[in-house]
Amino acid sequence: MSILSLFVLVPVLTIMGILFTKGLRGARMVSAVGMGIQLVLAAFLVFYYFSVRGAGNLHEMVLTADYTWYPSLNIHYFVGVDGISVSLIALTAIVVFAGIFASWEMESLSREFFITLILLATGVFGFFISLDLFTLFLFYELAVIPMYLLIGIWGSGPKEASAMKLTLMLMGGSALLLVGIFGIYFNSAPDGGQFTFNILEIARVHIPVTAQRFFFPLTFIGFGVLGALFPLHTWSPSGHASAPTAVSMLHAGVLMKLGAYGCFRIAIYLMPEAAKEMAWIFIILTSISVVYGALGAIMQKDLKFVNAYSSVSHVGLILFALLMMNKTAFDGAILQMISHGLMTALFFALIGMIYGRTHTRNIDEMGGLMKVIPFLAVMYMVAGLASLGLPGFSGFVAEMTIFVGAFQHPGIFYRIASILVVSSIVITAVYILRVVGKLLLGPIKQEAHLKIKDATWFEKLSTTTLLIGIAGIGIFPLWLSNTILDSLQPIMDKLAIYLH
Amino acid sequence: MIDFSYTILIPLIPFVVFLITGLLGMKWKPLVSGIIGTIGMGISFVLSLFAAYQYFFVTVADGYHAIIPVNMLWLSFTDTLQIYMGILLDPISVMMLVVVTTVSFMVHIYSLGYMKGEKGFQRFYAFLSLFTFSMLGVVVSTNIFQMYIFWELVGVCSFLLIGFYYDKPSAVAAAKKAFIVTRFADLGFLVGILLLSYFTGTFDFDKLTQPGTSLFAGIAGVSFLGLSGISWAMVLIFMGAAGKSAMFPLHIWLPDAMEGPTPVSALIHAATMVVAGVFLVARLFPIYHFQTPGVLVFIGYVGGFTSLFAAVIAITQNDIKRVLAYSTLSQIGYMMVALGVSGYGGEQGLGFMASMFHLFTHAMFKALLFLGAGSIIHSVHSNLMKDMGGLRKYMPVTHFTFLIASLAISGIPPFSGFFSKDEILAAAFQSNKFLFYVEYITAGITSFYIFRLYFNIFWGKDTKYKHIPHEAPLNMAIPLIVLALGAAFSGFIPFHNLVTSNMKPFAIETNFLIALPSVAIGLLGIAVAWVLYKKENDLSGKIVKRMGVLYTATFHKFYIDEIYLFVTKTIIFNYIARPIAWFDHNVVDAFMIGIGTMSMKFSYKIKRLQSGELQQYAFVFVAGALVLGLSLLYFFGSH
Repeated sequence: MSILSLFVLVPVLTIMGILFTKGLRGARMVSAVGMGIQLVLAAFLVFYYFSVRGAGNLHEMVLTADYTWYPSLNIHYFVGVDGISVSLIALTAIVVFAGIFASWEMESLSREFFITLILLATGVFGFFISLDLFTLFLFYELAVIPMYLLIGIWGSGPKEASAMKLTLMLMGGSALLLVGIFGIYFNSAPDGGQFTFNILEIARVHIPVTAQRFFFPLTFIGFGVLGALFPLHTWSPSGHASAPTAVSMLHAGVLMKLGAYGCFRIAIYLMPEAAKEMAWIFIILTSISVVYGALGAIMQKDLKFVNAYSSVSHVGLILFALLMMNKTAFDGAILQMISHGLMTALFFALIGMIYGRTHTRNIDEMGGLMKVIPFLAVMYMVAGLASLGLPGFSGFVAEMTIFVGAFQHPGIFYRIASILVVSSIVITAVYILRVVGKLLLGPIKQEAHLKIKDATWFEKLSTTTLLIGIAGIGIFPLWLSNTILDSLQPIMDKLAIYLH
Repeated sequence: MIDFSYTILIPLIPFVVFLITGLLGMKWKPLVSGIIGTIGMGISFVLSLFAAYQYFFVTVADGYHAIIPVNMLWLSFTDTLQIYMGILLDPISVMMLVVVTTVSFMVHIYSLGYMKGEKGFQRFYAFLSLFTFSMLGVVVSTNIFQMYIFWELVGVCSFLLIGFYYDKPSAVAAAKKAFIVTRFADLGFLVGILLLSYFTGTFDFDKLTQPGTSLFAGIAGVSFLGLSGISWAMVLIFMGAAGKSAMFPLHIWLPDAMEGPTPVSALIHAATMVVAGVFLVARLFPIYHFQTPGVLVFIGYVGGFTSLFAAVIAITQNDIKRVLAYSTLSQIGYMMVALGVSGYGGEQGLGFMASMFHLFTHAMFKALLFLGAGSIIHSVHSNLMKDMGGLRKYMPVTHFTFLIASLAISGIPPFSGFFSKDEILAAAFQSNKFLFYVEYITAGITSFYIFRLYFNIFWGKDTKYKHIPHEAPLNMAIPLIVLALGAAFSGFIPFHNLVTSNMKPFAIETNFLIALPSVAIGLLGIAVAWVLYKKENDLSGKIVKRMGVLYTATFHKFYIDEIYLFVTKTIIFNYIARPIAWFDHNVVDAFMIGIGTMSMKFSYKIKRLQSGELQQYAFVFVAGALVLGLSLLYFFGSH
């Protein structure tokens, strides 16, 4: 069995393990062990991947395994990874691991909570290893649907409405996506022969441009909904605000990347000509996402709303970079997926921890937390600085790669859009410092806050894990960046055939 | 060839010290962090001096050369656009190493006394080390992107240190303002870098600043809004420089930055970080000179305006640190003017040399002024001039060193400021008479405001103090004395042999036609201050009344802050961000919800179809079959 299938198997076994436990202690223990194994496995995968590449395997995808699943429609369970998916798998493992510890004291229906959470994780892992459009779509749905339960049951505030809105909008996206995927399938053999869902095989054929023009926007928008593409981002603020901590972490940290990854690996990679033709439309939309999301974050009072709008802006930047369609910009987009995944997970974890202590997320009701909870406050500040693109953290590396990539595009329209998008770094600084100033600095606003206690061991573990990832990429980016660049080469070679 | 690779330790030691004191310092007694930081800085200081000695006096053959002892690949964007982390040694960077480590080391020692017993002592030292690391990184950068990286890091250190007293709302506001204003400027810097690298395909300074390089050959045709592409890039890069160096109109953060502890003001906001903009322009000087001479002239005018503008405001301020802050703006303006009027090579490059010379002497005397101010504030517990007076009796060391610094900034020989300012005036006189007169008048204003400060603090009225003011303790007095030596004697360093635009020495001669009038106007300024402030009198009050509106406007710093506040608070917050938040909630989201509601209503309507009534089903079935049958007949029945 391929090592990749373990990434689906371990969560499933963990879920089965949780079924045999009683109460919170058992459930969280099994979850932590299971996801701990998953994290070790991810580390091993990274190592293994490099040894395979080091041994001279230059195939686009390595560690592949292929089982026919449903012959008459030519559906396979076909898995394989390149440097891009390996890094996203590592990201997911880190965020899920941190998420388990962030929900260490999930009191109500704890067993069911962990089961649903890990079910979601299973979908994400499966998505990143799949190379068959059909199984990929199945895993995609597996990741999206538990969200409804997680928010609807364990959420806060107007949780049912938020869960409903989120699920319906994402399902709407899935509907478009399904049409797109079948469209690709039925055009996967333009010269006759059997249709296929196999991404690598489809990449080798040329989907007719007329079909691309129809199915590219469907696929891009379908995935784009999950990537919070303007104006389809409105599930994000209310959804995040209602979701419990770990769910926000996973959703903003990992799930939104599914959208971006899908836009890249399926919409753009398989239908490059339409992507190039229509890029301008989506460049406009994503530029709006970037600037509008950042401006939207300035006036929010709820910490989670601030972060949700900030995610709209940062994930918008990923999609923006993808549409520039050059190697550097792709590299930047993938770096930003990883970087934003870690940063936003850290943010949501910290917001959850602060909320657990102050019982409010309204920044007007808090102040001077640096005095009482220095660990969490310093972490929040560091997360903020990382988010506004301070060198030494992953965000800077990702954003700069995107900007340099975007400036490689010679068109004047693209240049202006790029400058507009670059200007978001100032707006980001404004909303981050506003929150940091109000929440952490200044005098303490409520006497009740004088008594709150600083982080516990599991909270420290959860946040430190994420921070190590952020700082590690920020200080030594070359390794990750080169891994991604190497994996982009076959993709660029393919795009070069059709674009010049 | 000397191996300079040890110079990597100069920035690295403060970084290691930062990690140690930042992560572990909480567990120790506060003083331990201070001592570790000071020792680490001391080692860096000694290494810098040694490197400067080796660079300037041992390697010299036919002028100096840029040496890159260390250069490691950090991140690669494309095959040509790559960020390296390295050390570039050339005259200006070696000189800056000396400036930064000297002032930083003095501030480290000084703070042992000044910050004693403060809460967050360990944090203070951790930030100081981080700042020094970042500033040294800016100085030794081998490429423009490395510089940008450290440039951002010094910005955040400045933010952290201005907001050091973080429970004080005014300090937090000042820190935010400093960060956001410089961030805005850095947006220009970044876009400038991106454009420049797009045009030239490189970030490396040694390629970009090669005189006669062919990198710029192919891009002459690109233009936008009447300016060539490369001019845009260089103007935008200067925007970054203007933000850090607080040039008008991006100067507004610097006076507020005085909320930080005084040693920080001395280190960051007087001697090192704020001159980073000057350093940046000097670093890219060949590009400015050869490719975009128009932009260089613009830089000169911005500098000239700022120097006069800030000097005028400095006259009216009552907070001693704010006077010094405006004075810093004004003096940096001088340095920009010098670069703006400079040519390249030999005597043509007098302005370049003068600018670097003034940067050096200014670092000494301005750091000294700030540390002296700190010593005064430390013993009087106030920043305001009205709470001071007659302090010469209580604080002889502070008094004497402050006097030396005041004479130096006023350009009185033989103190250092005289030499460097004289070169600037000479350079301006050669190529731009207008800027020469502006700077000449500013020189008079400078000596007036600084001696207004001096007389008000140390002479003037005999204030009755609640606590008798005390002289600075030894660990604060020693840095004052060391810097006073620098302020007094650094004018004798032969900069024209060491730091020049093309790295080759040239000869200078003192032009008495410029030197004598400039000393005269300096003395005039002192004399006026003497008359007005030496003894308590109401003369100055009368003058203020006569000036009326002019004085009020100056006192309120020409309302620039209010304009900014209007733009940010009113326009951006209220007219952009708030409507967007509203729009998102009430239009975009409402539309999405509307779709949901509509489909719900629609499904309510059609749910009557499933009524369970057999008759209705039968009716619909028959009707449907009829319609289907008829339409089949209609479409296919005709042939």
